Amino acid sequence: MERVPILKIGDILLVSIQVDMSDQTAVALQEDLAERIVATGCHGVIIDITALDIVDSFVGRMLSTIASISRVLDAETVVVGMRPAVAITLVELGLSLNGIRTALNVERGMELIAAERDHDRHDEFDDGSDVEPTASP
Amino acid sequence: MTSGVDLSRPQAQTVGSDEDVVRVRQLVRTVAVAVKLSLVDQTKVVTAASELARNTLVYGGGGTVEVTAVDNGRRPGITIVFADSGPGIADLELALTDGYTTGGGLGLGLSGARRLVDDFDIQTAPGQGTRITITKWSR
Amino acid sequence: MALSTDESGRLADLLTSRVDRVIQRWTEVVGEQLRGRLSQAELLRQVQELHRALVDALGKGAVDLAAEEATELRAVLAELSRGQARQGFSATETATGVFALKDALLSAMEDDQSTRTLRDYVAFAAMVDQMGLFTFESYVHTREGLIADQAEQLLELSTPVVKLWEGVVAVPLVGTLDSARAQVVMERLLQTLVDTGSPYAIIDITGVPAVDTQVAQHILKTVVAARLMGADCIISGIRPQIAQTIVALGIEFGDIATKASLADALRHVLRLTGVESGRRQSRREA
Repeated sequence: MERVPILKIGDILLVSIQVDMSDQTAVALQEDLAERIVATGCHGVIIDITALDIVDSFVGRMLSTIASISRVLDAETVVVGMRPAVAITLVELGLSLNGIRTALNVERGMELIAAERDHDRHDEFDDGSDVEPTASP
Repeated sequence: MTSGVDLSRPQAQTVGSDEDVVRVRQLVRTVAVAVKLSLVDQTKVVTAASELARNTLVYGGGGTVEVTAVDNGRRPGITIVFADSGPGIADLELALTDGYTTGGGLGLGLSGARRLVDDFDIQTAPGQGTRITITKWSR
Repeated sequence: MALSTDESGRLADLLTSRVDRVIQRWTEVVGEQLRGRLSQAELLRQVQELHRALVDALGKGAVDLAAEEATELRAVLAELSRGQARQGFSATETATGVFALKDALLSAMEDDQSTRTLRDYVAFAAMVDQMGLFTFESYVHTREGLIADQAEQLLELSTPVVKLWEGVVAVPLVGTLDSARAQVVMERLLQTLVDTGSPYAIIDITGVPAVDTQVAQHILKTVVAARLMGADCIISGIRPQIAQTIVALGIEFGDIATKASLADALRHVLRLTGVESGRRQSRREA
């Protein structure tokens, strides 16, 4: 079984999914990431899916789970590089990727995480008050 | 990506493991490209195939997938048949409802796949296995 | 209805032995129909070419138009009707170019008083009918192709995605949006977001006279898809009638930002990006 490599760049873990993942590979990635977050103490995870030509409900659920797990471990997850055709298909499929933050590319993803950490540091008690209302569930 | 697929006859792929689901996706992608589906339509049909092939594996206990390039005289398309001899589905209407799941998934497999294709046909009965046929036409 | 081998041979004989008469009558009938819209020389060239192709096919033993031996004849017919379709001749005019051969055959056979003549004429006429119908089909096919090409060109023309500011792209939609066009526009918009790395898109519908449920759904789906990709969409220029339609149809725009004009939308985005340096706008998916 192939494993997806996890790179550490500064305070961020970068996962660039390059292969057409089997479900087992996806589950393994989920486990590996949780371990690496704890081991490195990183506060941000960027999952780059630029190379993925489809995201089905299994991979979608994996992304949601990773986001939830890393939140519990005090790390912010951003999914970056989703292709337009993939996004259109996900909307049609009815998958909304609950609770996942997204950005257009790795650079924007890093900015998002940096701003988020910054925000948290400056006003711990004011989280979310100036945030656009989130979409209905 | 596998090349040199013979489009004149159906391509079969057994589904018995995780890796086979990946192979189904690749086969469907190859044929979808060959019949000149748009990029978005390719993505939709490959995603639908991924969902249904996983159902065949998880709920049907494995089975076969057959991919055929078709032509209705006006436009080309791709037809995929997923067949298993598993327990079948007792309440079809319920199984086709968004969010309904028996396997711990998101419950979007059947209902979602149906939204992604043009034609969707399902034949099933308890103890009789399940046979799903989907078609996506080129626009 | 295929010709017998004998009939095919006799038709070939007739066409060659009375070649002058056939071609003269043929061009006459077609010429009357087209009333000078095709030069005499061009007309004669077309008729001669058809005549030659038909004789060739029959000479090789073709008994109907679908035969292997008639491949070249079919090509000539298809080429002829393609040309006519492009030059704006009507379907009737194009098909008449072939059907006129019946007149020509009749005039060539008039002198022959034998009983076989009528039977032959009916068989020959059936062959000409096949050719005429084939011409008609090719004509329609060409016209359909032309229409599809034009529709595509129109789509290209009418759906520009423009960069409005650093990180902001806009699609000014003009004219009636049908489902197919809405889909193309939206795909192109999403692709432009990726290509330019712009996290904001403004969809301006000032120039759209009406919105139906399907089109509204397309716009909504695009906004959701853009969010999945990490970009925000703002819809601007909703006219009063469209706002009424949207509410009457029960379409839920939810938390999608809407602004009265493109200028307002741009101001809104710039304010957001200005704020962003200190506090990043959160794009939490719901």
